Amino acid sequence: MSSLSHDHDHDHAHPHDHDHSSLSDMEVRVRALETLLTQKGYIDPAAIDRIIETYETEVGPHNGAQVVAKAWAEPEFKAWLLKDATAAIASLGFTGRQGEHMVALENTSDQHNMVVCTLCSCYPWPILGLPPVWYKSAAYRSRTVLEPRKVLADFGVTLPESTRIRVWDSTAELRYLVLPKRPDGTEHLSQAELASLVTRDAMIGTALV
Amino acid sequence: MNGVHDMGGQQGFGPVLIETHEPLFHAPWESRAMAVTVAMGASGQWNIDLSRAARESLPPATYLSSSYYEIWVRALEKLMLERDMVTRAELASGQMSTPPIKVSKVLTRDTVDLALKAGSPTERPIDQPALFKVGQKVRARNMHPQGHTRLPRYVRGHVGTVVSLHGGHVFPDGHTLHASPPFNVPVQWLYTVVFDGPTLWGEHSDPTLEVTVDAWESYLEAVV
Repeated sequence: MSSLSHDHDHDHAHPHDHDHSSLSDMEVRVRALETLLTQKGYIDPAAIDRIIETYETEVGPHNGAQVVAKAWAEPEFKAWLLKDATAAIASLGFTGRQGEHMVALENTSDQHNMVVCTLCSCYPWPILGLPPVWYKSAAYRSRTVLEPRKVLADFGVTLPESTRIRVWDSTAELRYLVLPKRPDGTEHLSQAELASLVTRDAMIGTALV
Repeated sequence: MNGVHDMGGQQGFGPVLIETHEPLFHAPWESRAMAVTVAMGASGQWNIDLSRAARESLPPATYLSSSYYEIWVRALEKLMLERDMVTRAELASGQMSTPPIKVSKVLTRDTVDLALKAGSPTERPIDQPALFKVGQKVRARNMHPQGHTRLPRYVRGHVGTVVSLHGGHVFPDGHTLHASPPFNVPVQWLYTVVFDGPTLWGEHSDPTLEVTVDAWESYLEAVV
């Protein structure tokens, strides 16, 4: 359940994870909504199915990992990505909704970058897919700009005390991709092998590669 | 508005809970709610900022106790009710009893891929020169608009430094001026501004912390 509050002691209806004998209030509510909007001709259920299929099977962090691997392997692409991320990422076919204006942030030994959206849950859909529950949580949205090292500790990440941490609050329509540091000893790897090392969280800045 | 959605720096929400198994959706209704909300965006009856304003203006207790997609559903219902696209009775019954209004577009299986691929860019041509330049010190204005804004409270009144300019972008606060089409589409320069941790959070702040926000020009003033 993707509740904004961290304690799961809800006093309102939610889907019953273990009880499929009755529909939850939200299940009933959304079914009614979809039926009504279909009757009104505002939506086409086939388009709804296609949107879900897109984000369930096609768009996800494997897209972003491909961008990162290419930037690690090809200095010219990396320079382009850091200068004009929207165009560089579009050249791999990743464009669109919630990724119209992209910015890439390079992690170095001096600076670690982390991305948050304190006002909402803005996230680069074309390269990372739909955001995970924790990214949308009140805990992550509230604490990251105030105490990023403690937030990183929740992810099991510790950075050297001297590393500067720059937290990017996505308040406009710019969407951020963190370019993690390439691990040592990976010179012999192909781009596909490099991509398999890149995690979603590393591209948000809550993990290292 | 100074709503509970403006969470930067709030305390008491506990640790970040990370799921070991991360399903994309946590119930069948979540996927339908996501897709219906995305599809209804094509109706053209509101814009991104009106939609965000609808979420932000849910009652605070409702906002805080609702899951992410529940907030989407509640805001979508509100947007449609406000525009007489549906009635409360229809939402409750799931059955149409009033005629639909005319909408700009209905996504179909054939048009949906292109629509998702195109998105809704907010960059626009801008004639007037930018007031601020990279490296310049600027202060985030101490402003508290009643409506939608993208200037988080935790930077207001504080001095930061311009990191980059991003051209003209649709100004969210003004984009909500007309509730229905044709929308008001003001354009302003968009900047990224960086603030030091101690500037925002005081002497006990992590000294290695910097925070950036993306700020439209009218959110900023020159520091003399």
